[in-house]
Amino acid sequence: MADIQLQDALLVKKYVDGDENALTVLINRHQSKIFGFIYSKISDRDISNDIFQDTFIKVIKTLKSKSYNEEGKFLPWVMRIAHNLIIDHFRRNKKMPMFRETEEFSIFSIMSDDSLTIENKIIQEQVEIDLRKLIEELPEDQKEVLMMRMYQDMSFKEISELTGVSINTALGRMRYALMNMRKVIDKHQIILTN
Amino acid sequence: MAKIYAPKKLVTNSMKPKKEIVSFLINYSKALSFVKVKDKSFEIIAN
Repeated sequence: MADIQLQDALLVKKYVDGDENALTVLINRHQSKIFGFIYSKISDRDISNDIFQDTFIKVIKTLKSKSYNEEGKFLPWVMRIAHNLIIDHFRRNKKMPMFRETEEFSIFSIMSDDSLTIENKIIQEQVEIDLRKLIEELPEDQKEVLMMRMYQDMSFKEISELTGVSINTALGRMRYALMNMRKVIDKHQIILTN
Repeated sequence: MAKIYAPKKLVTNSMKPKKEIVSFLINYSKALSFVKVKDKSFEIIAN
């Protein structure tokens, strides 16, 4: 029972020096506290087991690579690793939440396919063709600014530099381009929506 | 007044990971070693 009396720091040193049993003692000594901590945040046994495993893999790698600085704080260090992995887990889940299908709930009841139908695709293509025709009717300077802004995604600073006018002039031309297009759309009652 | 005893323990089982996880970690540790070559460190897992 000498292991009980050995402090964590000593066990860590023994493990780094090659005594694998020291790791077993460390894990057995702290597993409840660490796993309990993880489970208190995650509330899922399987995921908690995964995080517990990942935590100790990091611990093992750090110790074996002799990258660990012993400051008498083994357990806080391990808890910090577990804490960071928990945060990583929540960040991943936030980006990609997991839905589990049950008898009452099917993910397909709230998920929809956002891609366009063939009909909508044809309509969209026609709208784009009509839009280009309208743009062609604009005065040259307004057409130039609008094309650069909308189709080449240029900033007004870049547009002003390329066309040799001030930013305010470029902004004004853009504004007039849109106003003129709206007038033509209203006059001929053109429909440009999908 | 009769004492009332709960039929089950009120304290839940202590939280522990699966035994397989602990067993894996111990085996992983035994298989893992690091080799330093110049300024680089390489992980080696023995099969």
